[in-house]
Amino acid sequence: MVAVLLRLKVTLILNGFRRSVWQTIGFVLAALYALSVVVMVAAASVGLSFLPDDEARAWQVVCGSLVVLGWWLLPLLAYGLDATLDPRRFQQYAIPRRELLIGLALAGLAGVPGIATLLSGLATGLTWWDAPLALLGALVGAVLGVAVCAVGSRMLAAVVAPLLDWRRFREVAVVVVVVPIIMLAPLLGQVLDDVSGVDDWLPGVADVLAWTPLGAPWSIAGDIAGGSWLLALARIALTLATLALMLLVWGAALARTLERPPSRGPVAQAHGYGWFDRLPATGAGAIAARCLTYWQRDPRYAGSIAFVPFIPVPFIVFGGLEGNESLLWLGPIIAYIMGFAISADLAYDYTAFWLHVVSGVRGAADRAGRVIALLVVALPLVTLLAVGGVWAVGDWGTLPAVLGASLGVLLVSAGASSVLSATYLYPVQKPGEGLFAQPQGGTTAILIGQTLGIVVVAVLSAPTLVVFAVSLATGATWAAILTAVVGLVSGAVALVVGIRKGGAVIDRRGPDLLQRMAAWS
Amino acid sequence: MSTSDAPRPPSGPVPAPHVQPPTTDSPLDPAAALSLRNLSKSFGDKLAVGSVNLDIPSGSFYGIVGPNGAGKTTMLSMATGLLRPDLGRVSVHGVDVWREPDAAKRQLGVLPDGLRLFDRLTGAQLIAYAGELRGLDRETVRARTHDLLAALGLADAADTLVVDYSAGMTKKVALASALVHAPRVIVLDEPFESVDPVSAAGIRDLLTDFVASGGTVVVSSHVMDLVQRMCSHVAVIARGVLLASGTVEAVRAGESLEDRFVELVGGRQATEGLSWLRSS
Repeated sequence: MVAVLLRLKVTLILNGFRRSVWQTIGFVLAALYALSVVVMVAAASVGLSFLPDDEARAWQVVCGSLVVLGWWLLPLLAYGLDATLDPRRFQQYAIPRRELLIGLALAGLAGVPGIATLLSGLATGLTWWDAPLALLGALVGAVLGVAVCAVGSRMLAAVVAPLLDWRRFREVAVVVVVVPIIMLAPLLGQVLDDVSGVDDWLPGVADVLAWTPLGAPWSIAGDIAGGSWLLALARIALTLATLALMLLVWGAALARTLERPPSRGPVAQAHGYGWFDRLPATGAGAIAARCLTYWQRDPRYAGSIAFVPFIPVPFIVFGGLEGNESLLWLGPIIAYIMGFAISADLAYDYTAFWLHVVSGVRGAADRAGRVIALLVVALPLVTLLAVGGVWAVGDWGTLPAVLGASLGVLLVSAGASSVLSATYLYPVQKPGEGLFAQPQGGTTAILIGQTLGIVVVAVLSAPTLVVFAVSLATGATWAAILTAVVGLVSGAVALVVGIRKGGAVIDRRGPDLLQRMAAWS
Repeated sequence: MSTSDAPRPPSGPVPAPHVQPPTTDSPLDPAAALSLRNLSKSFGDKLAVGSVNLDIPSGSFYGIVGPNGAGKTTMLSMATGLLRPDLGRVSVHGVDVWREPDAAKRQLGVLPDGLRLFDRLTGAQLIAYAGELRGLDRETVRARTHDLLAALGLADAADTLVVDYSAGMTKKVALASALVHAPRVIVLDEPFESVDPVSAAGIRDLLTDFVASGGTVVVSSHVMDLVQRMCSHVAVIARGVLLASGTVEAVRAGESLEDRFVELVGGRQATEGLSWLRSS
C-alpha cells in the first residue's frame, strides 16, 4: 500500500506535466534551484569541516532546526497544504491506518522539496569526512531529521485541518497567525543587530535546540565527533520518541478527520441588503456593493491587505519616528499596494463571473464597480497613513505633496489593475478555499503578474514621483502644489483610461475569460 | 398568445413539429424562441458538439436529454452566450446571440450547471444583485426578490449566506436569479439535480405556469421520466450529435421515452459478465 501511494504521487506529478507546459517549466526551474541549494549545502558542509568540532556542530544544529521549523510551519502559512494527497480522499478505501500514515509521509517527501531536503541532510555528512563514525552518525541523523520534517508537517496539517473547515476560523486566521509573524521579522532583525557577534550566542542556542526535536537529529554527528556517545544515543532516542509521538497524534487526528463529517461552523446571517441599499442600483453601483460585501466577508480580500498596517513597522524600527523623512514615502507605497489589491479581482470571482457575462453588464461598469469598492476601502487608509507620516515627521508643509503623490499612485495603480485583471488571468485561491490552499501552477504566474504590474505602475507614476522627490528635496511650496496637481491629474487620466480599456477587454472577451477560469482545476 | 391554446404537458395539444427538421443551410428561424444552426465546438481534438441544427418553438417546454458527457452543457452554454462556438449561429427570438449579445441576453434567463455563485452574498442579496446587473430599478428588484424568495420557499433563508445553503437551496436561488428580469426564454441546465422532490414539484409548477403564460423553457436532464411527464418537446443528443428532436409524442413513437432513448443512444449494455458480483 505504501508503494501504491508513492506511485500515485509520482503519477500525479507526471500528469501535471501533461496539463501544461508552464507546470513543466516551473518544475524544472524548481529542481534546478533545489539542486543549487544542495550544492551550496555540500560546499558549506565541507567548509564547516575546517572549524572546531563543536562550532561545526552548533552551525548544523541551528540550520537544521530552521529547516525543520520551515517544514512544519511554511505549508500552513505560505504555501498551503499539498492537497494532491488529501487523506479524506482515501476515506472510502479500507487502508490500514499505519500504512496510510507511512505512505502519506513518504509521498509528502516525493517531490522537489523533499528530495532536496534529504540530499542536503545527507550532504552535511561531508563535514565529518575525516571521521567515519561521525559521518555515519550524520547520515543516520539526516534520515531521522528528514523523517521529523515530513511526519511533523503532515501531523500539524492534520491537527489544524478541522479548524480550517470552519469558515469563520479561516477568516480570522490571517489576523491571528500571519500578522504576528510579519511583526516579528523586523524585531528579530533588530535583536540580531544588537548581538555583537554570532559566535557569542550560537553555541548557547545550539545547546538548547539540540535537546528539542528540532535540533536533536542534527546534533548526533557532532556529539559522536566530540566523543560523547551517550549524548548521541540520547539524541537518537529523543528523535525516535518524537517521531513515535507525532505518528500517534497524527493517527488520532486523521481518525477524527475521517470519521467525523466536516462541520462548517455556525451558519452566517446578514440582515437586509447591506451595501446594496447604500449604492445606486446601476451596474457599477451593484458591482461596487457586491465587492464591498466581499471585502468584508471574503478572507482573500482581507488577506491581500492584512499586512498593510504593518508596513510602517520596519520604517520606524530602522529610522525612528521624529525627522525620519522616509516615512513620507509610506503613503505612495501603501497606495500602490492597495491599488494592486484588485489586480486579480476577476480571478477571485472565479466561475461566478458567469452572472456578469449572462447579464450583458457593460465591461466598463464591471471595472468601475470594482474600483469604487477599492477606493471606499483604500482612500481613508491611504489618507490616514499619508497624514500620519507627515505628522510623525512634523513638516506640515509637505502635506499637499504627500497627499497628492499618494492619491496619484493609488489611482494609477487602480487603473493599471483594471486592465491587468482582465488581460492577465492567473489562478488564485478559489472562493472558500481560504488562505492555506495553494492554487495549482500559480506561483510563477503571480510573480510575472506582479512584476508586470510594478513596471506599469512605476512608469505611469514616474512624473508624479519625480516631482514628489523634487518637492521633498527642495521643500518649495510650488513643488508641493505641482506634485498634488500632477498626481491627481495623471491618476485620474490613468484610472479613466484603465477602466475603459479593461472594460473593452471584458466586453470583447467576457465568455472566453469565463471559460479560461472554468478550465482551472 | 392566449393561455388556452398554449402547449400544456404532457397531454395537451402541441403545435405541429417541424415536418422537415432544419439543416445547416436553412436560415435562423426568427419565429423560434431559440434557433441553432450548425452549432459546433471541440476542445482540443475532442468533438464536444458537432453541427447541431435545432429550432425550439416559442411557447414550448423543451427537454434536452442525453447521457453524461453528451454535450448538453456545451450546447446550452453556446446558446446562452457563455461559451463561444467554433462554428455556427444561435438566435433568441430572431436576435443573434453572438452578434447582438446585449439584445439577446435581455430575453434570456440562464441557470448554468457546474459554475459557482457569488456565495458570500445572502440569498436576497444575490437575487437583487442579478436584478441590478440586468438594469432593473431598485423598487422592481426588491419587490421581485421578495416574490421569488416566497415562491421558491426561500423566505426563511433570505438572510443566510448562499455558501451555507444546501445544494437544493443553491439551485433554487440560482433559478431565482435567472428569473428576476422576467426573460422570455429560460434555459436551465440540470435544474432538478440534488433538489428534493417537494422543491422539484414547486419548480416544475413555476415553469409550467411560465410556459402557460407564453414563455419558453429549455431544460437539460438525464431523467427521462421527468422529461416525458413535464416537457412538450424533446431533443436527444449523444456524443455531441443531435439524434432526434420534435414533440415528445413524436420522438418516443409509442414507446416510453426511456426505452426510445436507450435505443437511440446505442442500446443497453450487456451486464451478464459479472458473475462474481452475484451474492448467492
